[in-house]
Order: sequence, then C-alpha cells, then structure tokens
Amino acid sequence: MNGPLLKVSDLKVHFPVKGGVLLRARDKNKAVDGITIHIDNGETLGLVGESGCGKSTLGKAVVRLLKPTAGTVEFDGQDISNLSARALKPIRRNIQMIFQDPAESLNSRHTIGNLIAEGFEIHKIGTATWRRQRVAELLEQVGLPTSAAERYPFEFSGGQRQRIGIARAIALEPKLVVCDEPVSALDVSIQSQILNLLLDLQRDLGLSYLFVAHDLAVVKHISDRIAVMYLGHIMEIAGADEVYAEPKHPYTRALIAAIPEPDPGRRGRAKIVLAGDVPSPIDPPSGCVFHTRCPHAEQKCSLEKPVLRDVFASDGVAPQVACHFDL
Amino acid sequence: MPAVSTQGEPLLRVEGLVTAFATEAGQVRAVDGVSFTVHKGKTLGIVGESGCGKTVTALSILQLLPLPAASILSGRILFEGEDLVTAPIERLHAVRGNRIGMIFQEPMTALNPVHRVGRQIMEAMRLHRELAEGEALRATVEMLDKVGIPSPEIRMLEYPHQLSGGMRQRVMIAMALICNPGLVIADEPTTALDVTIQAQILELLQQLQDDYGTSIIMITHDLGVIAETCDDVVVMYAGRVAEQGSVEAVFGAPRHPYTQGLLQSIPRLSTPRKSRLHTIEGMVPSLTEMPVGCRFNNRCPYADDRCRSSYPDLDGEEGQHRAACHHWQRLEQQL
Repeated sequence: MNGPLLKVSDLKVHFPVKGGVLLRARDKNKAVDGITIHIDNGETLGLVGESGCGKSTLGKAVVRLLKPTAGTVEFDGQDISNLSARALKPIRRNIQMIFQDPAESLNSRHTIGNLIAEGFEIHKIGTATWRRQRVAELLEQVGLPTSAAERYPFEFSGGQRQRIGIARAIALEPKLVVCDEPVSALDVSIQSQILNLLLDLQRDLGLSYLFVAHDLAVVKHISDRIAVMYLGHIMEIAGADEVYAEPKHPYTRALIAAIPEPDPGRRGRAKIVLAGDVPSPIDPPSGCVFHTRCPHAEQKCSLEKPVLRDVFASDGVAPQVACHFDL
Repeated sequence: MPAVSTQGEPLLRVEGLVTAFATEAGQVRAVDGVSFTVHKGKTLGIVGESGCGKTVTALSILQLLPLPAASILSGRILFEGEDLVTAPIERLHAVRGNRIGMIFQEPMTALNPVHRVGRQIMEAMRLHRELAEGEALRATVEMLDKVGIPSPEIRMLEYPHQLSGGMRQRVMIAMALICNPGLVIADEPTTALDVTIQAQILELLQQLQDDYGTSIIMITHDLGVIAETCDDVVVMYAGRVAEQGSVEAVFGAPRHPYTQGLLQSIPRLSTPRKSRLHTIEGMVPSLTEMPVGCRFNNRCPYADDRCRSSYPDLDGEEGQHRAACHHWQRLEQQL
C-alpha cells in the first residue's frame, strides 16, 4: 500500500460550553485545534502532553468515537471523518482502542469469553465453535490461561484486566490500535509486563499504534516517532530518540527536564521549572499558545501563531517544530 | 558511595510497627514489623506498589486509621520523646496538624469544598495557637505567599473548586506548614499532578525544607520522585521492609531482588527503544494469602527452600544499608 495508514489533516474537535438558564452554547472548548499527523503501517506514534492538552480527544476522534468539527481523518486512503455509523462499521474492525482503566471498560456482567467474542458477534464472524477456539487463542496470546474465558472481570487484577482489554482490541485483527494511557493505572512491575506484550503483538501482528500517554519515558520506549501536544496544538514531532536527545521546542525541553529519573546522581542537574498553570482551552492565549509559560517568549509570540515547520534532522526523520525561533 | 544512611538527630522512630485490619477472612496485617528513623531536617522516602502498606504506615503514625477495623497490634512510634501509640487522645490532638503536618494525594477530597481556603488554613492554626483574628489572617497571607500563590489576599477568599490542581496542592502544603511542624508526612503529594506541576511542587517542598528545617516522610510509588527528593529510603513489599538505607546506596547497589527488579523494570530515557523490559513475574500476593517464608518468594528468581520456609530479617545495623533477603551477599558476589 502506498501512503500512510492513518492521515489526520488539520483536525479540529471543539466542544460547546453550555451556560445560562437555557443551557445554550456560550463558548467553545477547543480541545483539538488544527492537528496534522500521520501513522505508517507497523509504526508507533507516541502522543504526549499534560492533562487537558487534547491528546485523548484526538485519540477518540481517530477511532470516530467523536465527530470532528473540522478537518479530515483518512484511514487506508478513505476519508472517515463524516461517515455514518453504518458506513463506519466495516472500518471499525480495523481501528480498535485500549483504554486506561480496564475495570471501567469491561462490562462486569459478562464472562471474559463473551467480552472477547463480542466483536465476532457484531461483525457476524465464525461459528460458535470457531469463536470459542479463537477466544482461547487470544487469551494465550495475551498471557492468560484459557480457563479465564469462563470467569468474570472482578476475578482479575488490574494488570490481567488490561490483558483482557488488549485481547478484545486485537480480536478482529485490526491494523491500528489507539492505546489511551494503557499502563498509567498499573504498578511498575506490571507496567513493564504490559509494555512487553504490546511490543510482542506489534511484531507478531504488524500492528500500528497511536500511543497516548503522559509518561514520557514510557512513550519514548514504545514509540518510533513522538508528537508533543499542548493546548490542542502540536508543538513538536520528531523521531523518538531525537526528541529526547535534541528537543527543539521549549515546551518539550521543560517536559523532559521535569521527569524525575530514578538516579540520585542526576539530582544536581539544571532544571527548567515552568511557572504557572496550563491556560484554559476555552480561552487559549493569542499567538503561540505556549507563550504565557515560555521562558523565551518575545512580543512576536503573543501576536503570531507559529506554524509547524520542518527543521534540519541528523537521523533522516524530518522533525517538525511549532516555534518562531531556532533555539 | 556512603553505605551508612544519613546521620543526624532522630526526630521520629518507628519500632516494630504492626497494624492489622479485621476482615471477613480474619485479621490481616497490612503492616507487619516495620521500623525506621526520620532525622531532623531530612527526607525519608517510603516506596512500594499498591497495597504494600506504605499509606497504612503513614496513617498509623498519626493514628488516623479507619476505626474500628484497623488497630495497631504492637510497636512504638517515638516522636519528640513521646510514644504516640500509647499517648492519650488529647496528646494526639495536640500533635496532629501542629507538630506533624499531613499532605494528601488528592487535595480536592482533603479540602472542605464549602469553606474558603483561607478560612481552612486559619482554622488549622487557631486550633493550636491562641491568636487574634488579625494575626491569624496575616500569617495565612504570608504562608500562601510563601508557597507561591499569586495575590494571596484574593486567592484566600476563593473556594477549592476555583483553584487548579497545582494551586490546591499548594494550599494543602500551606495548611500542613502553618504551625511550623517538625515533621510533614506527604502521601503521594504529586501523583495526581502533571509533570511540569509536579516539578514545581517538589521544588517548593525542597525550598521549604531548606528554610524551616522540617523533616519530611515522602510516600510514593514513583522511584524517580524518591531519587530526586529523599535522603533515605524504605522499600516496602507486602507489609514488610524489603530494603532500607541511603538513597545513594539503595539506588546505586540494590541488594533485595525486589528492589533490583523494580529498578530494572522502569523504562528510562537511556533504555534502548523497543527493547524487552525486565519484568517481575506474577503479582503481589493478597494479604489473606501470604506465602510462608519470604513474601517475595513466589516472584523471586533466586528463591530456594530456605526462602519458602523462613522469613529473612533485615540484616545489619540500624542506620546501615540493610536488606531482608537470605541470599543478598551471595547474589552480590555473583553480579
């Protein structure tokens, strides 16, 4: 196939902010405000940013759990941003999602077997015997005993439930899986088990991932390229190693400097501590959305919005950065 | 690399603490024989995964345990020359919020939503000090300014929901510090915050410790936060201490297989991308089904018959780098 598997162009997702007696829309929450990204076959794009930056909203718009306000989402060359639910159904097989909290995303009244087989039922795939066999295969693939099929979600720990969520997501052999903070609710020793599983599945099934998370070390580990988001905008996209070795955007630099590393020897390093809080996406700052917290901001930054532009790269993956300056 | 933990004047000594909960399955010990010392002006980290007993340890110190389910079965908690376990309730009232301040993970649930934040801080102070309204007001404004809240005269009149997560945590810190306590217990103070805000709060705590000489117990599951902020560390597993010592010693040369496994399983910025991460097989045993012998034996790659029959005590002297493992010396030679 030519061209990327997923192509998102100038995507906007705005939510109405209701108020007043009649609950009319008074304002817009610009959660995602003009984002362009692509994901190739078998590639992982990491999406990082702090709470409220719009990363989960972007993930949901890609799966079409949300309808974009403007812009397009192209999957396998087909524009899916305005398709009806019926027209979307065959495409849904190819785009699946893994959620942060597997306790909330699994229906507690169904057995694990039924939960995993739900997709087969919806898409009318296979006979009952085939489905049972396939569920057993999937359970094995995600590292659970086949006997789990007869049991209920509450009988499993957080890490095991996440494995069930993953089995559900890969059941229909999708091409793209959107992972929304899949390990942030898990303990450290379980987190590494799940990350290894995701990497194994990608290798074995040729999956592409859109990996949404706030933990930069985790994102760097699993991604090929990383997009850094702030207030609905992309600040920087580059190869995963490049982002950490040579962050170009001042926000990326601050994010990386803020990660506490488990190495007491690093304690004396120079830190960049950003002042203030993230502004509200209902009333984002003019010009560059980051200028209110940026240590390098000049007058131009509050007036002119910087476009995402290519910069010189040493490793061949052209990084893009949305900043007026070459810092 | 100093093998000896930070020396200094001890402020708090916890000795052989056992805290149990009454459950349908019988009595379970959430904390089972934990000892450590916090020195004046220093930070002690308690790290471990969910359910390891780190929060119960903290709540035991102030006896804020849920009653009647929980009780301290044995042990001593010596703070400023007084055993808090046997102290009468009036003494505990005098210590809580006054000599020992507390910062919780979720300030939204710890703060009262229907009172202005300034009033809540003043209340904490006037409970312990006889102060006129005006003096309390002045002290509150000063403290809010100190913790980095802009225009404190205005912000103190706001309600918790009007503040951002980072600002609310600053209010919590102001409240914990308003009586100039000797010790502050911070239970996952930055877990609910974004990394850039976490960096602000950790820097603030460090600066306040430098200014006031307060001791801090930092409870977290994040080994990065421990490495960044603590002098000494206690690694807990399933209600017991697996390893303790200075941060440099424990992170530099971990002795307990659990600590080693934890440190190896975190992806770091220096880990090659998409490489296999180290894992600790299995999961933490439930408190009602603890394995006999070392509690880590069902997940430990080095476990043998001895580990499955007898629990290893922490070896070495109090204040030294210590591990509760039968085999750490042998393992250290092999590595």
